[in-house]
Amino acid sequence: MNKELYNYILSIADNCLILGQRLGELCGHGPTLETDIALTNISLDLFGQVRSYYQYAAKLVDDKTTEDDIAFLRNEREYVNALLVEQPNTDFAFIMGRQFLFDAFHLMLLSELQKSHDVTLAAIASKSIKEVSYHYRFSSDWVRRLGDGTPESKERMQAAINDLWAYTEELFYQTASEKLLIEKGIAVDLSQLKASYYQNITDVLEESTLTIPDSKWFKKGGKEGIHSEHMGYILSDMQFMQRAYPNMKW
Amino acid sequence: MSEENIKDLEKTFEARIARDEKIEPKDWMPEKYRQTHIRQISQHAHSEIVGMLPEGNWITRAPSLRRKVALLAKVQDEAGHGLYLYSACETLGITRNELYDQLHSGKAKYSSIFNYPTISWADIGAIGWLVDGAAIINQVPLCNTSFGPYARAMVRVCKEESFHQRQGYEIMLKLCQGTAEQKEMAQDALNRWWWPSLMMFGPTDAESTHTEQSMKWKLKRKTNDELRQQFIDQTVPQAEILGISVPDPELKWNKERGHYDFGPIDWDEFWQVVKGHGPCNKERMKARVDAWENGEWVRDAAMAYAEKQKLKKLNKAV
Repeated sequence: MNKELYNYILSIADNCLILGQRLGELCGHGPTLETDIALTNISLDLFGQVRSYYQYAAKLVDDKTTEDDIAFLRNEREYVNALLVEQPNTDFAFIMGRQFLFDAFHLMLLSELQKSHDVTLAAIASKSIKEVSYHYRFSSDWVRRLGDGTPESKERMQAAINDLWAYTEELFYQTASEKLLIEKGIAVDLSQLKASYYQNITDVLEESTLTIPDSKWFKKGGKEGIHSEHMGYILSDMQFMQRAYPNMKW
Repeated sequence: MSEENIKDLEKTFEARIARDEKIEPKDWMPEKYRQTHIRQISQHAHSEIVGMLPEGNWITRAPSLRRKVALLAKVQDEAGHGLYLYSACETLGITRNELYDQLHSGKAKYSSIFNYPTISWADIGAIGWLVDGAAIINQVPLCNTSFGPYARAMVRVCKEESFHQRQGYEIMLKLCQGTAEQKEMAQDALNRWWWPSLMMFGPTDAESTHTEQSMKWKLKRKTNDELRQQFIDQTVPQAEILGISVPDPELKWNKERGHYDFGPIDWDEFWQVVKGHGPCNKERMKARVDAWENGEWVRDAAMAYAEKQKLKKLNKAV
């Protein structure tokens, strides 16, 4: 098996899986019917992308492995999503802040991934980027609305950004497998995207009349499989059926 | 307007309905027609929105990625139905906020079936198969109802519901073809959802207060009992294909009637749930009210932002 490629696919797909799962928790509880539909839609898009990635990754393992084995039957240390996407749905400002900080990254990543020498990854990226452009438009618009809305919404949005800021740098963390694949023209060199990412989110936050956090402390670990305490609960929900009723077809 | 004029208008109105013409929002209509439609359409919209909760309960725990996306898409469809039913209702001169207030204060009702809990994955199959199956039987006639916006909304709703029903049945089929444990899960879900599904058609004709007037306005084309019978006749053979049994010892094919005979429905349970004392009435209402109240600052922010943008545009123009 091409272990580096397998790991690389998961490092992209696990973000979509866990964020999709977090958004799935919100279904039926949104502040308006329209936002409820939009958030469900984003979750649905992310799970659709996850399926494409995992189906590809499963083929790299062997003929028997399925997308569901990869999604549901790994242990916590084997999930390699960034810490940002597992952060809880504290309030609508956190939900939009998390989405915005991820979407801005996701959009840049896919834009580069379209040029990958791996044609399957390039194809998944080309399909997904249309969806993610919409996600970014939606989340950045809400950051503007909440940032430049009422005093309460501004305070909440600022609190969310202050808190979530610490999780942004990890998005650009490169694992050993990733570095090997960059040389082969398969993986995206994230170090090249970092400056424009921060420039882009700074522009939107300033436009939203928000203050850019000046903290230089960043948290990481997720991409190496060391997660926050939230992750165990996310997985116990997500894996419940597969663990309680093993080896069955649904 | 004189009483005589109103009588003339009413006559013309009734004649239009008799000719199967659609009544549109700006047309004259009797006040009772307007109120009845607000009541029924909003009740329908509320049911879609509250109905998202028991199913949404399983999104994070769906057993496979395929089931997860199908369930997400389904619940999203229900939200979409709610959205255009609320819009259809608004054409009758009431706002969505007023309709929400009626729901949250308990003044407006929603389908009682959603006050039952979803405690296993098979419940998601059973809801699709039975609850959406019953809903389709109730709703297909509404595609030809007299009020235009409602009739048109129902065409789309019914198409999607029919897809949901097949999706639910497929979940059941997979369970019934699976292990003994899975089949048991399916049987248990049928046991719990069967009677509440029969109650979805409402009280027996003798007890139903709205039937006669609703028939006249084509809000109803068949009585509650006729629809219930149709559902039973259609569903029993489907349960036979699954190889699970309908939990009614009195269920028997009646050759002479050409229908299934069935046992008595527990109307005490029906009224208990309708009156707010079912297994999840309080939880469902709390979830809706919480979503609304916790979302207030978000809606306020959106309005404030829109105002600011409008001002900016105006200032630029000046």
